[in-house]
Amino acid sequence: MCALPVINSSSRLPIAPLYATAIKAGFPSPADDYIEKMLDLNEYLIRHPAATFFVRVSGDSMTPGICHSDILVVDRALTPMHNNIVIAAVNGELTVKRLVIKNGTTLLVPDNDTYETMALTPEVDCTLWGVVIHIIRTVG
Amino acid sequence: MYALVDCNNFYASCEKVCNPALWGKAVVVLSNNDGNVIARSPEAKALGIAMGAPFYQCTNIIRKHHVAVFSSNYALYGDMSRRVMDTLATCAPYMEVYSIDEAFLLCNVPLCQAERYALQVKHTVLQWTGMPVSVGMGATKTLAKLANHIAKKRTQSGVFIFAGDSSLYNNLLMRIDVQEVWGIGGRYARMLRRHGIDTVWQLICADDSFIKKTMTIVGLRTVYELRGIPCINTEDAPPPKKCIVSSRSFGKPVTECNELQEAAAHYASIASQKLRKQHGAAGVVTVFVSTNPFKDEPQYSSAATITLDMHSCYTPDIIAAAQTALHRLFRSGYRYKKVGIMLTDIVASQELSPTLFLPAQSYERRYNLMQTLDSVNAALGRGAVYFASEGVQRQWAMRRRYLSPRYTTHWDEIPLVR
Repeated sequence: MCALPVINSSSRLPIAPLYATAIKAGFPSPADDYIEKMLDLNEYLIRHPAATFFVRVSGDSMTPGICHSDILVVDRALTPMHNNIVIAAVNGELTVKRLVIKNGTTLLVPDNDTYETMALTPEVDCTLWGVVIHIIRTVG
Repeated sequence: MYALVDCNNFYASCEKVCNPALWGKAVVVLSNNDGNVIARSPEAKALGIAMGAPFYQCTNIIRKHHVAVFSSNYALYGDMSRRVMDTLATCAPYMEVYSIDEAFLLCNVPLCQAERYALQVKHTVLQWTGMPVSVGMGATKTLAKLANHIAKKRTQSGVFIFAGDSSLYNNLLMRIDVQEVWGIGGRYARMLRRHGIDTVWQLICADDSFIKKTMTIVGLRTVYELRGIPCINTEDAPPPKKCIVSSRSFGKPVTECNELQEAAAHYASIASQKLRKQHGAAGVVTVFVSTNPFKDEPQYSSAATITLDMHSCYTPDIIAAAQTALHRLFRSGYRYKKVGIMLTDIVASQELSPTLFLPAQSYERRYNLMQTLDSVNAALGRGAVYFASEGVQRQWAMRRRYLSPRYTTHWDEIPLVR
């Protein structure tokens, strides 16, 4: 076995992996030219590991975009902005809704319009908990 | 300047992060086997539930005030600790994890901006992880630690800064008990009181030769630190009570699993040695790894927690658990900067007794072996001795009736949102 030195790259290219085959005399394995690090979904889905939480959806208040039992990737490092899908703590429960900020009022709006919109007034016990950045759904 | 960042009621706060039903409510966390209260939310403190109180003595007050009770969930606490430490690592060029819920930051901020910086750190940790923290700052570690105590007990903001000579703060320091100083234990505090030294300020003003005579050079260092002269480095730091941490950053990045394993074994053996030195035995072993957050390269950091069959201070137990944990953590393709071991759920080793799984005879043998190991420790070192793993998890052997979900480490237990 032989480890290659680290590839020097200014981009975000990952480090060269170990070569899978032993170095031997004669022709090198042609496969060695194509070895790359496996794609890592963590790298794709997570920007702030310390601040990222996974939650599971229960119910259909956000259909069709978000369905029952989807997993949501929530980044707490982001500041919630207008039209973000957010996780909010309302009356002691975590809920997923769309954040709408207009004309100085803040609303939690369900995508499924059979559910009620909630206005965030000072009397409402609500805290924004994080911003949803990905939806993971198993279909197979 | 040094900053000491300390999580507020760490275990109780961990229980609250993913469960908003508990926000504003009294929460207590019990030790392993649901024996004693080991953490209380501020609301539980206000009800008068004492730290360390046996659970059965609190059942009335708990029922009457609907206090939420939890068994210790070390998988959750280990992961939350990792999140807090990773967040802190982005706040300062140098960080030293001191315990499961505390870290020192060495930061280059001008005095006039120290308060803003401390508030920023507090805010960032709360936003990113949901963990409330207090921040104390000062010219030395001992002052930062004391500032943290003041931040917790005497401020609304949760931050306090010694922004200059300690004599500027004499009025405040005259009102703080000498026992609150880092490294002044109960015995020294009693001795100092006998000599008329009751407060921090009196200790600062004490005569050097008296301190050196009664408290050795270690005590004198503490007094110098209180006067603003840094003289405590990592090795001399008094051990934390709740947990033992052994970790180091690597001189050059490590990419190979076996190298990390070797380092983990090394730190596990150092941590076990520290554990025996304080006559403790640990129930939980956490391993954490991370890449360098200041490098523009793929980042990975994680922690894994192993609950031991039974409390142990036996190096092979700790190493085996650490290696199992590391095996779970390791991902190839990253340049690791740091690995560390944290021992928690520490009990006094005299309290341990032979059990069904470990009869008296082998118990004694292990004890003797460890005594020998410690005395020839210098020769052994560096994880050279590696024993076969004995760490099969036997969760069922332990009573944990009030366990919360492992919100952040098990797919089946992540929080539900509606």
